[in-house]
Amino acid sequence: MGKTLAEKILSEKSETDAHAGDIVIAKVDLAFVQDGTGPLALRQLQASDLDNVANPKRVILFLDHASPSPSRELANDHIILRDFARRCGTQLCDVGQGVCHQLVAEYYANPGEVIIGADSHTVTAGALGAFATGMGSTDVAIAIALGKTWLRVPESFKIVVSGSFKKGVYAKDLALHLIGKIGADGATYKSLEFCGEAAENMSMEQRFTLSNMAVEAGAKVGLFPADETTHRYLESCGRADLFRPIGPDNDANYEQTIEIDVSGLEPTVSRPHSVDNIALAKELSGQKMAQVFIGTCTNGRLEDLAVAAQILKGRKRHPETRLLVAPASKDVLSEAINAGYIQTFLEAGATVLPPGCGPCVGVHQGVLGDEESCLSTANRNFRGRMGNPGAFIYLASPATAAASAIAGEITDPRELM
Amino acid sequence: MLKGRAFKFGDNISTDDITPGRFFHLRSNLPELAKHVLEDVTPDFTSRVKPGDFMVAGANLGLGSSREHAAVVIKMAGVSAVLAKSAARIFFRNAINVGLPVLICDTDNINDGDELEVDLASSTVKDVTNGAELPLGKFPNVMLWILEEGGLIPYIKKHGGFELQSQERG
Repeated sequence: MGKTLAEKILSEKSETDAHAGDIVIAKVDLAFVQDGTGPLALRQLQASDLDNVANPKRVILFLDHASPSPSRELANDHIILRDFARRCGTQLCDVGQGVCHQLVAEYYANPGEVIIGADSHTVTAGALGAFATGMGSTDVAIAIALGKTWLRVPESFKIVVSGSFKKGVYAKDLALHLIGKIGADGATYKSLEFCGEAAENMSMEQRFTLSNMAVEAGAKVGLFPADETTHRYLESCGRADLFRPIGPDNDANYEQTIEIDVSGLEPTVSRPHSVDNIALAKELSGQKMAQVFIGTCTNGRLEDLAVAAQILKGRKRHPETRLLVAPASKDVLSEAINAGYIQTFLEAGATVLPPGCGPCVGVHQGVLGDEESCLSTANRNFRGRMGNPGAFIYLASPATAAASAIAGEITDPRELM
Repeated sequence: MLKGRAFKFGDNISTDDITPGRFFHLRSNLPELAKHVLEDVTPDFTSRVKPGDFMVAGANLGLGSSREHAAVVIKMAGVSAVLAKSAARIFFRNAINVGLPVLICDTDNINDGDELEVDLASSTVKDVTNGAELPLGKFPNVMLWILEEGGLIPYIKKHGGFELQSQERG
């Protein structure tokens, strides 16, 4: 019997013949925390009496969630992380570098690795063929100290995506469609393993979007095989030497196979207060938006900004709709400046935020008012997510977000393309 | 044997419901953060919950963010164990790591305010108010061992690392 990609990576990293359901102790190739989870992780590390960092060069502390700091308390949390990095020689990505998951993709993650992050969207790096999963502060603290963690080898769902995306439809629409289809807990504890013609043809950036949202169906990882697209991406990041092809065996055992022909998909929106509460964008026309937010680890990459800029070029945001744009990293920002996208956003009336999580987590930079609605390219629309339980969050692609910012209400982007 | 009252919640209680993002700045001040636990769902929860009481939820408890603070503040509020039809994986793991049992059972049969008795040794929940006896789902052994030590930190302090294989044999 062959192995799924999850079984293959965990077999290698635990030096066992691992199959779904087994509990293994796996080597951790990369462990990271961010400013919301890091201070607790470091306190737990201290409490554990393990005064050691197994592999400092592969431990990263990110300051991205409340960055630059909006308060005294959070500024002090940042000091805790900076002090630890200095003392223990770990990597530090300070204010302004960008969202942890984007930086992990650009600078750190490689095919076949086990990556543990104290952030649920750690799954993003699954797009590179890495077993990347989110854990809490204590688990990551112990992984930082020991360089290993325990994992239950997940059962896998084979997600076969065929066909080709129609104009105005993207991986984000596929992600929302898939989660709508199987539910917000439809893949709890499972590995989602993407394959099929449409997955093979997807750019690395689109793959990141899909892997990123795997956790919104409850999944433990969202994996793509590492192929030529992965190779080219790593090459562009200066890590071609760390590429290796890895994928599931042909006779791997999947708990379920889900087939989706992306040719039939249309621009899709997730409605408050649950990601699986989906509708088509055209069904929601007339739904007014006080704010539109383009960015995050889901959709703040260059390709996302390019799509938005194309729609916003020569147009203005609706006067009653605030438009916020946060590039996912400083490299994305720099490339977006060179490509003229940032100028386009400014001319369209957008507020450009520093690289980071922006208003996604409800800390700062765009907290919503009572009864206000926001269309966001993020991955979560839970009540209270953006800082106000009395507000409403809708999720969509950068194209739908840009079109909706212009119209001031939810708009099918194909009307403006 | 744990005894206490049930505080009933619905399906899909997210970590944003438990520890809202607007209190992000209180994450290094857990006693302050704990004053706001679940306040967007049940505003008077912290004023009514007594040490030993149970949080009883529906399906997919704790979905969303990895913030371990969510499990920590539920425990700090006095909750002795959480019962749910199902739990999201990071929340589940976090709760065990901080010594908060998450017990999987059919919570439809439990009403808000019911008196419950939980016997971890025999894996049963008894609803004293309506007489129902509910079987509990089984933990993987590794989680049981971590829970028995009171959480991952005490477990690691005792064993110096993961000793799953030797414990499995023992």
